[in-house]
Amino acid sequence: MNVRAIFLMLLMMAAPALAQGFAGLGGDAQGFAAPERGVALSFPQDHGAHPDYRIEWWYLTANLKGADGKDYGAQWTLFRSALAPEEKPGWQSPQLWMGHAAITTAERHHSAERVARGGVGQAGVTLSPFSATIDDWSMTSRAAPPADELSALAITAAGEDFSYALTLDSHGPLVRQGEEGYSVKSAQGQASYYYSQPFYAVTGTIAAGGRDIAVTGQAWFDHEWSSQPLAKDQTGWDWFSFHFASGAKLMGFRLRDAGEGFTSATWINAGGTPEPQLPGALKVSPLAWAEVKGHRVPVRWKVSLPAKGIEVTTAPVNEDAWMATQVAYWEGPVRIEGTHPGVGYVEMTGY
Amino acid sequence: MLAQGFAVLLSHWWRHKLQFAMLLSGLALATALWSAVQAINEEARASYARAAAVVGQDRLEQLVRADGARFPQSGYIALRKAGWLVSPVIEGEKRFGAERLRILGVDPVTLPSEAAQVNVGAAGIGLQRFITPPGVFIVSPETAKRLEGMDTPPLRISDALPPGTALTDIGIAQTLLDAPGQVSRLLIVPRQPPHARPLAAVAPDLVRRAPAVESDLSRLTGSFHLNLTAFGFLAFAVGLFIVHSAIGLAFEQRLPAIRTLRAVGLPLNALIALMVAELLVLSTAAGLAGVALGYGVASLLLPDVAASLRGLYGAEVPGALSIRPSVWGLGLAIAVAGTLASAASRLWRIASMPLLAPARPRAWSLASESALRLQAVGGLLLLVVAWLAAQLGTGLVAGFAALGAMLLGAALILPLTLSLLLDLGGRLSRGVVAQWFWADTRQQLPGLSLALMALLLALSANAGVGTMVQSFRETFVGWLDQRLAPELYVTTRSLEESQKVRDWLSRRSDAVLPIWNAELRTSGQPVQVYGVADHATYRDHWPMLESVPDAWNRVAKGEGVLANEQLMRRQKLKLGDVIPLEGSASLPLVGVFSDYGNPKGQVILGVDALVKLFPDASRLRYAVRIAPDRAPQLAGDLRAAFGLAPENVVNQAAVKAFSLKVFERTFAVTAALNVLTLGVAGLAIFASLLTLSGMRLAQLAPVWATGLTLRKLALLEILRSAALASFTMLAAVPVGLGLAWMLLAVINVEAFGWLLPMHLFPLDWLRLFILAVASAVLAALLPALWLTHRSPADLVKVFANER
Repeated sequence: MNVRAIFLMLLMMAAPALAQGFAGLGGDAQGFAAPERGVALSFPQDHGAHPDYRIEWWYLTANLKGADGKDYGAQWTLFRSALAPEEKPGWQSPQLWMGHAAITTAERHHSAERVARGGVGQAGVTLSPFSATIDDWSMTSRAAPPADELSALAITAAGEDFSYALTLDSHGPLVRQGEEGYSVKSAQGQASYYYSQPFYAVTGTIAAGGRDIAVTGQAWFDHEWSSQPLAKDQTGWDWFSFHFASGAKLMGFRLRDAGEGFTSATWINAGGTPEPQLPGALKVSPLAWAEVKGHRVPVRWKVSLPAKGIEVTTAPVNEDAWMATQVAYWEGPVRIEGTHPGVGYVEMTGY
Repeated sequence: MLAQGFAVLLSHWWRHKLQFAMLLSGLALATALWSAVQAINEEARASYARAAAVVGQDRLEQLVRADGARFPQSGYIALRKAGWLVSPVIEGEKRFGAERLRILGVDPVTLPSEAAQVNVGAAGIGLQRFITPPGVFIVSPETAKRLEGMDTPPLRISDALPPGTALTDIGIAQTLLDAPGQVSRLLIVPRQPPHARPLAAVAPDLVRRAPAVESDLSRLTGSFHLNLTAFGFLAFAVGLFIVHSAIGLAFEQRLPAIRTLRAVGLPLNALIALMVAELLVLSTAAGLAGVALGYGVASLLLPDVAASLRGLYGAEVPGALSIRPSVWGLGLAIAVAGTLASAASRLWRIASMPLLAPARPRAWSLASESALRLQAVGGLLLLVVAWLAAQLGTGLVAGFAALGAMLLGAALILPLTLSLLLDLGGRLSRGVVAQWFWADTRQQLPGLSLALMALLLALSANAGVGTMVQSFRETFVGWLDQRLAPELYVTTRSLEESQKVRDWLSRRSDAVLPIWNAELRTSGQPVQVYGVADHATYRDHWPMLESVPDAWNRVAKGEGVLANEQLMRRQKLKLGDVIPLEGSASLPLVGVFSDYGNPKGQVILGVDALVKLFPDASRLRYAVRIAPDRAPQLAGDLRAAFGLAPENVVNQAAVKAFSLKVFERTFAVTAALNVLTLGVAGLAIFASLLTLSGMRLAQLAPVWATGLTLRKLALLEILRSAALASFTMLAAVPVGLGLAWMLLAVINVEAFGWLLPMHLFPLDWLRLFILAVASAVLAALLPALWLTHRSPADLVKVFANER
């Protein structure tokens, strides 16, 4: 997916000089590895952590339908931020971890956050089987070898006023974004390694507002790592992941800067074959704005990709999907109408 | 009318400038001592509060082991994995050069906002620098100054930290404290998710501890501050004696003026209001002066107090005073309130007296014998209260209540006692002049009694505290000689070096005795655990208070422990009681030793038992036995061979000198307050004699007329003052001894946990006696001098108009 990194607080604590771009993501990559074009991703190793890159995230968003017929959204994210491109034992580890989890209902958006240091066992990602954890939150593989470790997952998370336990089964392949997983983020060439698994079917239970609700739906998983994914003048982004009723998927984002911004998109057909679009091919424009927790954010979007004949509008399940975390942003489920109806998730940062 | 009335009232002071000066200076001095003590206490309390607030201990619940010991951080991870929002803290002490530092290791990433006084993300630190070796020490400005040039991690300064504490990353702290993977406690974030698994299922050995409302430090040092407060109060009480007598006299002297004011039509209410206004102005002025003076006194005393607190309790208090409006406001308020209280009865009399009541300053000063008797009965009752409080009460407050009641009771009895003594003097004396002298002195007694009572308080406080300090000193010096038998004390820097030094020393000395130690928490309080070798040094010298016959054998075999007196008293232990140690191990108590100057409980066991029970014990220190004349050479060789710093190899004399220095500084404050209190009392006598001298012409004129020269009369006046002071001093000795006994047997035991034998120091009393007589003579000198300069006409006038 895109630059969904949110690491503000931690990165800023690490180095005040890095306060450039959103969440310091536009900083220099001194000493850290940089993504290179043409390096093939290899699994299952690349499902794991890459400590020599500055930032990394495992990101799951689910569009859910309750037994009560209502729309819900669930988010589970683990971020890794490195103060230095290395791993050391115990408290000396320079790896920092942050988890974000949320449940969105039409009435309320519930969110929670966890932070941890690496090296002491409080958080991290392990392989065979794949398991990403922070505190009591986890995203764990249920896949039986030789199937890909991500082909079946169980995720749990809990906050002060919500919790959920979901099981996920994929019915399509892993999708490498950009050029075989090399995803360009700016005209100056900032890039990340990035792949997705957008084909999950979800069942499970969410608890929010004092009720347990059985849910089913579909989910989208992203894993991305980089050391300098934003150009210095990029201040935030608008990111879209769409599940169309046809079974096809669309991932698109716009990185905002002083000028036109930088857009990128990948069309994924129902069989899972990605078709990366040229920069600028995706057009996005806000249709309606709202004041959310003191921030003015677009809540309805027009998204078009003429090359694929797509012209859709988005409408949020809940306008107030603000993540009240140390690095605050908007992340919530949307319904899609237009040429390609469906459901999806929108993320907006830097507002 | 009002303005004229006010001018008339004030004109009295214009005519009695000395009286005015006495009133102001008495009140100012009393306020000064009171607010100085309060300022010092507040400074210390603020420092303890800062210590308590570090990492939110005063606001956050915590998880700790019931015995207070450290536990593996896997317990922390298990709780996080079970849904608990907790943050780990490790705490311990480490020495850098001569500085002992409390190291506080936190995890800045999970630290709850309530606990984050210091933002490590702030400029100049940054998370990476904070958590990456060598890390950063965040310390208070004065600690930074003390640590300058030492081998610590880079220092950053924050005012939020108490002195003597370094905040650092938990990983850095674990390494420095040699406790990898260990934590001391977990801070509980106030808002917890409801889904967390129960504590008993995840970490059964941890218990919830409520936020520490009172820190270890404020508990330990409470007695010390109560001590100071008691002294401040004593000084204030003595000061109020002056104010009371000065105001009483001034009211009587002004009765004619008041009568005139009423007669010319000033309403009573307006008059009372004017007098209250006058008192408010006077007391505010004196209070302000006192508060300013108090600030000076406190600034002078604070470094000594800070040194005492550090030496005695390891409590860190900054040496500089900050201005606290609350303290000074309270000082001013207490000055005004004390003045108004002193004047209340006078105002009442003016309000209720007939319009044309005559002025009777002389009568005022001659309260009847029956009043003295009544006062003495009150005094006796207070003594009974004191005795009951000492017998039945427990705790420091009861101790001080007994002390206060005893002092006040003795003071109240004093006038009657003196009266009886003077009566006796009169009966025993021969000759007209001698008999007149005694009778006249007795007749003057009521006017001087307040000042003499103040003198008694000051003298007995001096005698009592002096006896206590000297007894303590004598016992302490003897105890140091016993306890510090080894010639050298060596502190090594690492376990490896420790082993090498031990080998090196064992070939060059008579004995190398390990002094290895660990820490244990019982009933939530820290207890030091020391391991000692089986050696004659201990058998022959260790200052035991009581023990079973083969105590040292049993300690050596790991079958028994010794405890210090503090621990024995605090936990009410008897020989044979079983002392719980690490884990499930426990050993019987086979002996109790005296351990003056140590605020913490301590147990001693055989060094083998220590190593077995506390594998993590610090094994860095040794005591060395060698012929005393060879000790300096060996110390030099040892430093050279291992590159040890001078403070790592210390000889016995240096330890003794250091201990004595701590001792002396501890009582420097007491001594200073003592002298100041005596000064206030001297002033009280001076003020009283001064006021009486103006009224005594009627008594002296007939004596002069019968042939006694003014010069001789003046000498007699001085003699009278000296006699009264001497008698007061005689009375002060038993009161002082009572005070000393209470301090040693009640207050010290409650406050510090040790009982001290009382020694008597008659030479000190002699010194005090001379001081008392000298100050009384000095106080009488000026009035006597004035008397010799009286013109005969003044004296003759007495017969002319009968006043």
